[in-house]
This record gives sequence, structure tokens and C-alpha cells, in this order.
Amino acid sequence: MSTAGLKAGVDVITGAVRRPRLNPSRIAVIAVTAVFLIAVLRLVTGANDLASSGALAAAIGLAVPIGMAGLGGLWSERAGVVNIGLEGMMILGTWGAGFFGYHYGPWAGLLGAMFCGMVGGAIHALATVVFGVDHIVSGVAINIIGAGAAKYLAARTFTGTPGGGPTQSPSLGNLPSFSIPGISPGLGTLEQKQIFFVSDLAAILRALVTNLSVVTLIALAMVALTWWVLWRTTFGLRLRSCGESPVAAETLGINVYKYKFIAVLMSGTLAGLGGGYLALVAANIYRDGQTGGRGYIGLAAMIFGNWRPSGLVGGAALFGYTDAVQLRGGGTTVHAMLLLLAALIVGIGLWQILRKHRVVQGVVAVAAGVLVGAWYFVSETVPDEFTGMTPYVATLLVLAFASQRLRMPAADGLPYRKGEGH
Amino acid sequence: MCAITDSAHSEVDAGSAGGPAVELRGITKRYPGVVANKDVSFSVQRGTVHAIVGENGAGKSTLMKILYGVQRADEGTILVNGAVVSLHSPSDAIEAGIGMVFQHFMLADNLTVLENVVLGAEKSHGIADRARAEIERISGEYGLDVHADDLVADLGVGKRQRVEILKVLYRGARILILDEPTAVLVPQEVDELFDNLRELKSEGLTVIFISHKLDEVLSVADSITVIRRGTTVSTVDPKSVTSRQLAELMVGSELPSPSTEESTVTDRPILTITDLTLAGASGRDILHDVNLTIHAGEVLGIAGVEGNGQAELVEAIMGMRDPTAGRILLEDSDITDWHTREIREAGVGYIPEDRQRHALLLDAPLWENVMLGHQTQPPNVRGVWIDAAGAKANTERIAAEYDVRTPSINVTANSLSGGNQQKLIIAREMSYAPRVLVAAHPTRGVDVGAQAAIWDQIKRARREGLAVLLISADLDELIGLSDTIRVILRGQLSGEFDPDVVTAEDLGSAMTGAGEGVGEVR
Amino acid sequence: MKAALNLRKVGLGLAAPVLAILVAFLVTSTVLLLAGDPVVAVWTQLLTVPRPRLVVAIINGASVYYLSAVAVAIGFRMNLFNIGVDGQYRVAAFAAAVFAGQGWLPGWLNIIVALLIAVMAGGLWAGIAGWLKVTRGVSEVISTIMLNAIATGLVSFLLSKVADSTAGSNVTNTKTIPAPSRVPGFAMIPGTPNKVYGFILLAALVGVAYWVVLNKTRFGFDLRATGRSETAAVASGVSVKRMVLTAMLLSGAAAGLVGMPLLFGQDFSYGTTFQPGLGFAGIAIALLGRNHPVGIAFGALLWSYLEQQSNGLQITVGVSSELVFIIQGVIVLAVVIAYEVVRRAGLRMEQRHVARQLSDQPGPSTPQGASA
Repeated sequence: MSTAGLKAGVDVITGAVRRPRLNPSRIAVIAVTAVFLIAVLRLVTGANDLASSGALAAAIGLAVPIGMAGLGGLWSERAGVVNIGLEGMMILGTWGAGFFGYHYGPWAGLLGAMFCGMVGGAIHALATVVFGVDHIVSGVAINIIGAGAAKYLAARTFTGTPGGGPTQSPSLGNLPSFSIPGISPGLGTLEQKQIFFVSDLAAILRALVTNLSVVTLIALAMVALTWWVLWRTTFGLRLRSCGESPVAAETLGINVYKYKFIAVLMSGTLAGLGGGYLALVAANIYRDGQTGGRGYIGLAAMIFGNWRPSGLVGGAALFGYTDAVQLRGGGTTVHAMLLLLAALIVGIGLWQILRKHRVVQGVVAVAAGVLVGAWYFVSETVPDEFTGMTPYVATLLVLAFASQRLRMPAADGLPYRKGEGH
Repeated sequence: MCAITDSAHSEVDAGSAGGPAVELRGITKRYPGVVANKDVSFSVQRGTVHAIVGENGAGKSTLMKILYGVQRADEGTILVNGAVVSLHSPSDAIEAGIGMVFQHFMLADNLTVLENVVLGAEKSHGIADRARAEIERISGEYGLDVHADDLVADLGVGKRQRVEILKVLYRGARILILDEPTAVLVPQEVDELFDNLRELKSEGLTVIFISHKLDEVLSVADSITVIRRGTTVSTVDPKSVTSRQLAELMVGSELPSPSTEESTVTDRPILTITDLTLAGASGRDILHDVNLTIHAGEVLGIAGVEGNGQAELVEAIMGMRDPTAGRILLEDSDITDWHTREIREAGVGYIPEDRQRHALLLDAPLWENVMLGHQTQPPNVRGVWIDAAGAKANTERIAAEYDVRTPSINVTANSLSGGNQQKLIIAREMSYAPRVLVAAHPTRGVDVGAQAAIWDQIKRARREGLAVLLISADLDELIGLSDTIRVILRGQLSGEFDPDVVTAEDLGSAMTGAGEGVGEVR
Repeated sequence: MKAALNLRKVGLGLAAPVLAILVAFLVTSTVLLLAGDPVVAVWTQLLTVPRPRLVVAIINGASVYYLSAVAVAIGFRMNLFNIGVDGQYRVAAFAAAVFAGQGWLPGWLNIIVALLIAVMAGGLWAGIAGWLKVTRGVSEVISTIMLNAIATGLVSFLLSKVADSTAGSNVTNTKTIPAPSRVPGFAMIPGTPNKVYGFILLAALVGVAYWVVLNKTRFGFDLRATGRSETAAVASGVSVKRMVLTAMLLSGAAAGLVGMPLLFGQDFSYGTTFQPGLGFAGIAIALLGRNHPVGIAFGALLWSYLEQQSNGLQITVGVSSELVFIIQGVIVLAVVIAYEVVRRAGLRMEQRHVARQLSDQPGPSTPQGASA
């Protein structure tokens, strides 16, 4: 996301950012290292829920709404429109899922969620693309409208329904989920054995092949589709050019307004899909406030992924994991993560001092890391109120460490009016 | 009707190369308060290079935008290959076989050459291998040396221009419009460009190019149309006019002659820069061991192609960038590590290159703009408070003294013309009696009258002891105003050139490093 | 000439909010129609003249909203989006409540020190986001939103630790502020014993300070310049990093005061039922009032009016009172759209006006052509 507004603190990157290409072998190396780290942590802290298939399944599940919000943000920002209103569009999606899901069944609920999200996107598109309003202001307004509209509509449509009330819908039907037969129990036994590294791997695999909701699969398909459309088709090239240099696109006869509009509509639809997941799969009902800020976390995932679908998946997985941990009420799990966090922060601090000569920042980081480590050793568990914060703290930390090395679309967040570029 | 000959030297006079490719009749375009083009008429023969010349603000670019469909004329007709066309958008123009290469390149830095070229024309060869092959083919055929998978952000200026040309050819343009193509090139690169243009011409394409550089135009054009104050003055054959006559047609009266008078250079150094080095992100220095001294009453001009460190040198002096090594002295004070505010308070005036981004608050009234950069100095402030009355009175005074044309000091800066904005900025800086003035491209985008006024003001201040660091791409301005000229190339300064004897070719060689500069390299 | 410009400015300034309210009216009516709710009855209820008791409630609500909007506006003037007012005011109110409840200091001294603590706490909380932005380039939009959520957790945790549950009720509160440290209200509205918060004066003071600092001081000039054009501000000598940090601190400090009228005039302790959501209202009102202290005052009154009037919707008309959120949201969106449209029209008018004025004046007619 944009540092739309002021650029203070951002080291402007000139020239192409030489990020190492993420080819399959590199991804494999990163994945193996991650599993190894988790295995070590589990061993050291004894917090078994860190890598249980239950936690990981929850993580995958919660990665979906975050990922869909982030994907929506990606579509929008690749076309040059900052979309802070994803949260509001997601909220509309949850209501849509509740309303249409209750009256016409879960599949209608899913479509309804996407439709309501799209309506939110249409409003944002109208304000920013047609009228040229500041993107962030419009996004904030959409959040207000979305939250209010959903509350009003929920009170209007769910009061008096069996099991429902002014702030929640009745129970919604289930959408199908899939498991690969045969493998799951075997992996389960492996996982129970608590063998270092192997069990963790087994847990991950088990989470991936057991009870995957169809919506998760749809979400993954969306990611792949997004990659293909934006980087392999004419439509996608034009859309991206609107985010990189709309003036250039205009001179080549491209209707920049059209692509921006479509991109924002798409972003609303995807946010709505995320909301639909929350209502239909994660909770099985609509409830006021169930999005809990995931729209913003999705934006963070998008930034973390450097505005690319592949990176977004990683970011969503990371935040989904922290979200799962706090939902499962894991005081001990969060406690264990403190150790990892302490080690990471100290490591980054040392690197800042030794390699980058930023002594002040490095010392602060090391001190902070030591404090976190001390907290770990002094306490047994983390209080409930704090575990609830985990995804938000994680978001802050990720942004704090990653924001500067990233490259957003060149014309992101800049107001565009036809004919004014020359 | 004669056939198009395939000769390299096409001495074409009107009518022999096969009829007009483009004809404009009575084109008129008005903007609120201004008539940009009035009754413009001329015709361009097929297979020729046709130049449109005129001063800054004469209306050339507007005309070309109309020809490319970006703007619509209020009156008049356009004919392409004998048929009337109605150009509502660039796509219409592209369909009519017209391609435009803008002065400010329309390229997306983060995309590859391939992506930039096929954008909007994906139907012709797709966006993958077929397109790649076509790009390589065109590049080879016209000697453009452009590769499809390079990232545009990595390309230099000359190469980017060739990408723009390739873009246009890719779409099957037979008529190319080039808007001030040589503005960012040095003389040697200009020659390369003109060779390319002659190549295009020999393949039967028509080239229209806009310029205000008369010597270049005379060397390559087959026909020249002069535009002044938005209207066509005449269309001439380059073989039958001299540069001087052409210049008079362009300006209509006396040429502004930035000739020096008696030297006012003293031997009191005001700004001394020693061994200034600025390290860059990728290991290479942006500035390396820069040494210069400007004395009271001296104008030091620095010539150079954009991107060789001039902008960074200015930023380092103004405290907007921290140098890696070296010192900057303002008379006796070491200002190397000073903050921008302190430097300005100490008497360093600054005329930024991009006035809209760095020198003005467009939405603020004029009197607040006059405070900008000096918001800690009287008469604008009293202690921590702003003295609005003082600031306004000051603004009235300097607006009158420097002939800034505005109905009131309360209008926003946005509503002034470019020339008046620049005059206001100069007036602002001068009115605080600076010791040294850092002026980057002070007359860029400014009409002739304002340009002459600005030159006069700089000379007047110089007589009173002001030291000036002048960065400019206008070689005439440099030669006319400077007491000494140095060239910056890849972050290093060349030796000194005497403006009285130096030629544009000397400077051009130094600017590209092709030749040996006169004087010792310090 | 000057008079003509000023009249036009005022006209343009008013056009947008009026337009916005009209649009909100239309959209809300449409929503009501589609939902099958009685349109006329709803508007009748919303537009009835409020009874004196309600008038007091409206004014009180407005004074709190005013503080919130000014806090947000400080950031907006610098192109900073302090979405975190919500978290900042709660952290500050909690800290102030804990201190004041202890009653270590007598009477008014207690209040003043508590105010200082609130200001510092709010500033600190906002300062985290400012620091992250300045040192790591983290967008303050996301960081302040995250800090809001973190504030919720932190405050509820701390509340459970220091709560004074002697009353044995369900809600957890900090220790009640002793009577001598409460701010008395004004009996301003006849016909009701209810009083207007004494701290409405605080709100007025903050508004005046906001206007004076921004328009009359050097610091304010720098701040506005940075908001208008960061690049020009840098070239003029402003240290943007320092400005960002200072602005965020100030914005947070002002946000810290938001809960003070409630704390010292009504609730006298901080608990789980302390009024939430004041931060987001502040954002909307700052947008509505265009960051101008008088405009914000009107916006705050409008907001509070809508809120109070809609409370009765459920009872009198059977329509969910959440409808007010739709009205409010649409007003915000419509107003920003309207402002943008009006701004552009105004710019064009001014350019034309200036050009016409200049061509009327005698003088050398140098061509001021379009940027050729």
C-alpha cells in the first residue's frame, strides 16, 4: 500500500529492485526452513499446538478471508487505486452471505456475498475513478457506510428469524469440503508420534488434505486466475499499465477509467468473497463485526507479497496462522511464539548493526528483542486479551520490517484525470 | 506525379515526392483566456522530414496534440493522404497511420520494452513470442538496437527515445511526429537520431518534427514551417534561408541576445565546494570529487545532459541530500551538514528545476507562496507568529517590481501562467538579498518576454555582487549568461570553458565524453 | 475584485455540504423504500424539533465529537490519516481515569494533571504510528488501525487488573473520581434539569488553539505547506520527518482529550461501557467540516443531532436505529465527492477569471500559451 500521502521515511528505490526470482527450488528451500524452525520451536517450548494439524487447518482456513481481501487490494492497486475500503466491502459480503445464504442456500450465499462486495466496490470506483476523490478518504467512507449498512440490514432482515436476531443471522447451511481419502489417518498417526520435523511435516500435509472447504479451493483458483489474467493476457497488461503509467496508457488509446473501474469492482467482489467465507465456512452464521479488521490485514499481506499473487499467498498464510492461534485461544502457543519473535528481533537488530551500520535502530531492536525474550522466560502464558492482539501486532511487525524494500505500482494512489497528463 | 526516389539525400521541394501526407487547414484552438493556435495551415509532403519551429509558448505542442487526437481543434480541418479525418482520440490517429513520440516519454518504468510496445496494440502480434520477434525485426531494420525484454527503468535516455520510435513503428505508422526530440540529447546523439530519421525517410515514411533549435532543423529538414504566437508565419525551404533569417521569422523582432557586458567577477569566493562526493545506491558515485568556486559577481554555468548528477549537486548544496564526503563553504561557514532551512536563512536562494513540485504551493495564495522558503525570516514572521500584513505588503512590492502579471496577490499560484510563476519565484528569491543563487533551468517553459526579463534580473543582481550557480540545458543561455562554464558528466566536473570562445560542439563533446575538454580537468 | 472572489469562495464552500445532505436524503429514502420501511414516518421523526432534554444531549454529544474531529483534522491538514483516534482516546481516558480515581491530588489540581496525563497518553499512542512511519515508512493508515485493535486488548487487560469492583455490579470500572474533582455542567437550556458539559469550554478552547496555531504561527505554516505539497515543503526547509512525528503527536494529544468531557462530566470512571466509536465519527466530521474549526462545529452538531434523533426510531416508527449509520456514511461520501467536484469547478473558474482580468489590463501582450 501506498504511502499515499507523505513519503517521509521511505527510501525511494530508483531503478529496478533486484529481488531474487522466486523459482520452485527457492520456494522449496524457504518452505523447508520454515518447517524446521517451527519444529525446533515446538521442541524447545513444548507448545504442541504450534504445529498441530488442527491449528494449521485453522490457519489455512483463516488465510482465505485475509488472502481474498489482499487479492482484492492487489487488483485495485495494480490499476492504481488504493482501496482502504476492503473492510467495509468485506462486511457487506458477510451480510450478503447471511441474507442470501439463509433464504436461498449456501451457494446463493456465496454469490450474494460476492455481489454485495461488488456493490461496495462500485461505490468506491464511482468516487475515485469517476469523481477523482482522494482514494483513502473514499475508502474510509466506504468502511463507515459498509459497517452501518450491514448493521441496519441485519437488524432489518434477521430480527425474528429462528436462531437469529438483530445482530446475527440464523444458522447457515454448509458448503462442501474435501479430503483426500486414505492419507489423512496415516498422517494423523505420524503426527501423534511427535517425531522432530517429520511430525510437523505430517501435520502440515494433513492440514492440507483434510476437510478443505470448497471456498478455499475457489480462493486458490482465484489467486491462480489473477496471476494468469494480470500477467498473461492483454486485459491484464492494460490494467497494470494503468497502475504504472496511466498517462502513457492514455496516449496509446487505452480507456484508463474503464480498467480502473473494473479493477475496483473486482476488488470489491473478492473482498466480498472473503466475507462470505467468514460467514459461511468459518462461523456458519452472520454476526455483527465478524470481520475484525481482516480487510486491513489483507492489505498488509498484499504489501508483504510485494503486490504479487505468489507473495500474497505467503503473507496470507502468515497472518492466517497468527489469526488461527488467537482464535484457538492458545495462550501457550502465543507464549511460545514470543521466543521466536525475540530471536527474530535480536537477529534483525544485530544484522542492522553489523551489516547496515544503522547502529541506533539496531540497538533498539536488540533491546526490544531481549525484553520480549525476558517476557517469555518470566511468564507461563499470555493473557487472553493479548492473544487476541496477535494478528494486529504481527501486521505491525511485518510492515515495520518489510515496508522499505518493496516496490508498489508506480502510479498507485495518484489521482488520474483524463487529458491532464501532458 | 513523381515516384518516390530511394536516394539518401532527398532534396525535395514541394510537390515532387508524391502528394501531401498531412495537410492542416485553418486549425484554431482556444483555452480559457488564451488562443493557443489560430488559423494554422501548412502541408507536409510524403517521404520528407518536415520541421515545425517556434519559440517556447508559440503553440507547437498544442498543434501536435491536435494532430495526434489528444486535443480537438475548435476550427479547421485535417487531411491525411488527401482525405479529411476526424481525430477524437489517439486511437483514431493511430488508425490514420500517425504516430507520436512525445517530448516527455510515455513509458512505464516497471514494465519491459515488450510490454510497453505492445500496450494498446496487442491484437497485431499478441503479447508473447510473435510480438517479440516483430520487435526484434523492426529494431534491426531501422538500426534502433532495442531489446524486447529489457526493463525500461534500466534504459538510458537515448535508448528510451528509440523505444518510443519503435512503439510508433510497431503500430504501422507511416507519419511520425516527434516533439522536441533533441531536447535531452547531446550533439552526437542528435546526429544518430537524424541518421535514423533519414533512414525512415528513405523507406517512404513521413516525419514531422517540432523544435526550437534552428541549426539542427536546418541540417535535417526538407521543409520548415515557422509558427509564432499560435499562427503560421510561413513555410520555407531550408536551402533558401539562413539561421538568422529563420530566427527573425520565429521571434518577429530582435533576438534576445544574452551577451555579456563588462566582467563583474570579483575575487571574493562566496561558494566553495571541495571534493564533494555522493555515493549512489548501486555502488557507483552520483557525484565524485566535485570542486568548484563561485566568486561574488560571478555566474558559473554548468552544462550537462540530464541525469549526470546536476540535480543531486543542487540538492546537496541545498541540504536536501547528505554528501558522503567533501565540504561546502558559504564564505567562511561550513554548510555541508546544515539543514535546508539554515542554508536558506544564511542567504542561499534557490530556483528549483521543477517549479510546480518544488517551488510553489499551487493551491495557496500568492502571498503565502512568497513566504515559502523564507517562512522564518522577516517581513513574514514576528517571533513565532506569521505577519500576514507584512508578507502581503512584501508580495505587492515585488510583484510590481518584477512585473508579475496578476490581478491580485490573493489568487492561487495555480492560476498564473508558467512565465509569471517563474517570475514570481525569481522575484521571491531575489527580494531576500541572497549571497548566492542556485538556479536550475531558470527559464524552462517560460515565454520569450519573461525569459528576457529573467536574464536581465540575473545580470542586474550579478552586478550587485550576487554569485550564481546556473544549471541549464539551454546552451545559448549558458553561453550568454555565464562567466565560466563547466560540464558535468557522470558526476564529475570538467575543466573550465570560456563562454566567449567555446562552441556548442566543444560543450557537446565534453557532455558526452567523446572529446577532450578545453582546460585542465580538476 | 477581492469581494467577488470571497463571495464566490463562500458560495462554493457551502455548495458542497448542502449538496451532500440532499444526496444523503435521497439515498436513504431509497434504501428505506427498498427495505419496506415507512419513509415519511422516518423523516418526520428525524426532523421533529427536539425536546430540551434532547437538546442538551445533542450539545454534549457534539462537544465530544468536536474534539475528536479536531484531532483528526490536525492530521488531515498534513495529509496524514490518523485513523487511530479511536484507540488513542480510550488509552488516554483509561490512564486519566486511573489517576484521577486515586485522588492523590485535591480538586481541580487532580483534573488538570489528569488532563495532562490524557494528553500524553494519547500523544504517545499516536507517536508509535508516527515513529513507525518516519523510521520505517509504514503507512500510518494501517498502523493506526492496528493500534486501535491493540489498544482495545491492552486497555481491557489493564482494566481487569486495576478494576474497582467494590460495587459488585457486572461492569468493571476504574475507581470513581471523587466529587471535588468533577467538572460541573451549565444549566443552559431551559425546560430541563440536564446540564451541558462544563468541558464544552475545553472543546471550544481546543478549537481556537487549532485555528490559531495552524493559521497564525510558523509551525502552522510549515504544517499546511507540507500537507499541500511535500516536495515544495522540503525545498523550503521543512524537515518532513520531524513534522510528521510532531503532527502525529499533536493529533494524538488532542485525541486524548476526547473522552474528558465524558469522564469528568458524566461517567466519573472508565469502564467497559465507556462510549466507543468516537474516533470514526471524528474522521467523518473532519471531512464534513473540511478541517475548518467552524465547519467542524456544524458537522459535530449535525452528527450528534442525527444520532440523538435516531435513537427513538425503533420505538416510534419501528425502524432500526442503525439507519443513522447509513445516513452518516452517505453524507460523508457525498460530501467528499461534492467537494472534489466543486473544487475543480472553482479552480477552472479562477483560472478563467484571472486570465480575463489580465487580458483586460493594459500591458505588453506576451503570449501566455498553453505549455508548449
